[in-house]
Amino acid sequence: MTETTQTKQRSFPSIEFTDSEAGALEFPSSQSRSYNYYKPAKLRATMYEDVTVDVQPDPDRHLSQGWIYGFGNGPGGYPKEWTAAKSSNWHAFLDPNEEWNQTIYRNNSAVVRQVDLGLQNAKRARAYDAWNPAWLKFVERNLGAWMHAENGLALHVFTSIQRSGPTNMINTAVAVNAAHKMRFAQDLALFNLDLSEAHVPFDGSAHKEVWQSAPEWQPTREVVERLTAVGDWCELLFATNIVFEQLVGSLFRTELVMQIAARNGDYITPTIVGTGEHDYDRDLSYSRNLFRLLTRDAEFGETNKVLFGEWLATWVPRCLDAAHALQPIWSQPAEKSVTFADSLDAAKQKFRSVLEDLGLDTPKELDQ
Amino acid sequence: MSRQSLTKAHAKITELSWEPTFATPATRFGTDYTFEKAPKKDPLKQIMRSYFPMEEEKDNRVYGAMDGAIRGNMFRQVQQRWLEWQKLFLSIIPFPEISAARAMPMAIDAVPNPEIHNGLAVQMIDEVRHSTIQMNLKRLYMNNYIDPAGFDMTEKAFANNYAGTIGRQFGEGFITGDAITAANIYLTVVAETAFTNTLFVAMPDEAAANGDYLLPTVFHSVQSDESRHISNGYSILLMALADERNRPLLERDLRYAWWNNHCVVDAAIGTFIEYGTKDRRKDRESYAEMWRRWIYDDYYRSYLLPLEKYGLTIPHDLVEEAWNRITTKGYVHEVARFFATGWPVNYWRIDAMTDKDFEWFEEKYPGWYSKYGKWWENYNRLAYPGKNKPIAFEEVGYQYPHRCWTCMVPALIREDMVTEKVDDQWRTYCSETCYWTDAVAFRGEYDGRPTPNMGRLTGFREWETLHHNKDLADIVQDLGYVRDDGKTLIGQPHLDLDPKKMWTLDDVRGNTFMSPNVLLNEMSDAEREAHIAAYKANGTASTHPAA
Repeated sequence: MTETTQTKQRSFPSIEFTDSEAGALEFPSSQSRSYNYYKPAKLRATMYEDVTVDVQPDPDRHLSQGWIYGFGNGPGGYPKEWTAAKSSNWHAFLDPNEEWNQTIYRNNSAVVRQVDLGLQNAKRARAYDAWNPAWLKFVERNLGAWMHAENGLALHVFTSIQRSGPTNMINTAVAVNAAHKMRFAQDLALFNLDLSEAHVPFDGSAHKEVWQSAPEWQPTREVVERLTAVGDWCELLFATNIVFEQLVGSLFRTELVMQIAARNGDYITPTIVGTGEHDYDRDLSYSRNLFRLLTRDAEFGETNKVLFGEWLATWVPRCLDAAHALQPIWSQPAEKSVTFADSLDAAKQKFRSVLEDLGLDTPKELDQ
Repeated sequence: MSRQSLTKAHAKITELSWEPTFATPATRFGTDYTFEKAPKKDPLKQIMRSYFPMEEEKDNRVYGAMDGAIRGNMFRQVQQRWLEWQKLFLSIIPFPEISAARAMPMAIDAVPNPEIHNGLAVQMIDEVRHSTIQMNLKRLYMNNYIDPAGFDMTEKAFANNYAGTIGRQFGEGFITGDAITAANIYLTVVAETAFTNTLFVAMPDEAAANGDYLLPTVFHSVQSDESRHISNGYSILLMALADERNRPLLERDLRYAWWNNHCVVDAAIGTFIEYGTKDRRKDRESYAEMWRRWIYDDYYRSYLLPLEKYGLTIPHDLVEEAWNRITTKGYVHEVARFFATGWPVNYWRIDAMTDKDFEWFEEKYPGWYSKYGKWWENYNRLAYPGKNKPIAFEEVGYQYPHRCWTCMVPALIREDMVTEKVDDQWRTYCSETCYWTDAVAFRGEYDGRPTPNMGRLTGFREWETLHHNKDLADIVQDLGYVRDDGKTLIGQPHLDLDPKKMWTLDDVRGNTFMSPNVLLNEMSDAEREAHIAAYKANGTASTHPAA
């Protein structure tokens, strides 16, 4: 006999047509279809502004009850006193890259695909077989050391800063900067892994010793570590993106690796390091906007310039020391198409241009 | 990427950290916890090379659904009762999300385990995603839903509203005070592991039942990131458990975090689900039933209870009391009634309850009608302007409640209210645990040991204090809760958009609003004792906010 099983009656909500579409009726505010609590930079608000502005509230704007939690030793929220820099309106800063959810993933995924394709092609073409031993050693040691710097900046500089800025626009731009650095550091590490598995003389673990002990890299490591120890978020951003990245980061990436890799038969490294360059270009862009805003501030511009001068006096010598210490690595590749002096001059020149744009005096150390 | 290559890649990435010798990262955010003896726990592996494309794909699905919703005229079938509450919810939630991003460096500072730093930094990016994707959803609602008022002033309203402040704890709590209390126990171990289930899973289900399938699309996508966050939190928790000195702090923080999350999240999400829905099928789960499944079974029994094997005392009593408040003390119903009482100072409209709703409530919460039915009938009776004042200023047997100093939800279960003089001020609390939170937990010393890193309760905590002795029309105007004709209120106690039936500033003028806390502090000892006794008796005395 066949047993019949009773199926449980399905239950589901019923659809009701409610005619709740925009424009179905006219009444007060029925056409009020833009965020009205802030003034966009242009006539029409951008997507970036709409999803970013005022999400982090501010007692100086709409936050009527103030921050409702404090630290054991001071106020909570995002105190403006967490930096010595001053602004008559921190909210005026907008990220020129307009980073938000979609841009973060679209841009970085595009980079991931580019890098991945490059690495796959390199494997297929056995590209590493053609590298000369000196270049393999150069990548093993120096690109290997540099990835530590990128990772340290990602986790202990940019991730850290984004807790402290007084507006959501500042903190979100910096959070994206952290994502760039983390991705780039990991891309370099995974490139290192590929090379160590490529049946070429490449020691995938050498980078640790180089970063930790090799004399040419110690001043760089020292600057990175000293950066992570800075408590003032604005000084940290200034010292990293305006000073360190120009005098050490760009010196190594732009003025050395990008210039000599191809001459040494390597078309892979520039495609990866180029993504880091592209990131920095965007990150410098928001940093310039922020610091320009501070140096041109009608009320605090002059005091900010003095402050930034002090920060330059601290960080420029340290970064120049790091730059000079790196000089020996210019001699390591077989094909030496650029000299250290030329590279450093180029980096200094770009740095001067950034400072000029910010209205800051060139530190005397730069001319020595 | 295969599992083997992922493991290899992850191992490689861990080589990126190093032991600093010249200087150590600044400790910007301290903790009273110690991790000297902590084993290194490795959380879920995630590398950026797979992370970005994975999230991009998730995004593409979300934005595809958004386009589809517009093309398919989703708003023809959206229930206004439901979407009005989203004006409140979506004004709140992007701030906790972005706060979670901001909390990550606090955890990184506090926990000396480079292997976990990577996961925490990835979580930071997730949270930026969540905050901005939610802001964008709200923007879509503003552009396509019949009544954009309230969405159009969203972040301002969040920052100056009494309900926004309740919700703001769910963000400020992540970023302030002891780094582990805030960024690990409150944010990850309790908020993300327990309460995102009701926030991001149960509530979106209800949205779908009310014709809105975009909320589930966005929030389920958000929720799919949470498992990694839960893994981060659990790793840190296990590391903290390795040191006996952390145990009292963990037990303190679990009590505070559990209770505050219950007070805040159950108040809000319970109200949205129970009072924002038009779906009154009898076999549709009530909030209490959802809570039983998502919080009690999935979190308490499966996550918290196993922690006992590590010798940790978990707050069984508070879990049971939360359940008791929801099922027998009418917590959610009281909150809904409070929100509806305050409608003139809302930036969303609240629909009246009908016979069909009454029937459903009675079925799910026996005795509901005798306790709340009459009030909702009065709400309906007093819904239109002209002949009466707003319900808060009419005699309907409801006393405007005292605010809980700690969780900021009012002391709605009146017999449980605690009144104490703390820091030279008479304060009211919704419960013994909220009193303990202020008087004992959030202090510079706990259980005889210094806790200098613990946070403090600050700010103008009673919203009503800011508006004490002002005319209601002036308060509404000051808050900016007025439509673009300069006189019609955004908040309304009904859903009728006929301008003749909508309340204006003139309709609410002449009602003076008083702060219960200011009045309490002005009372003599005898007056205060009598007042508290009457309040705790059942709160039906005739003192309402009218002067």
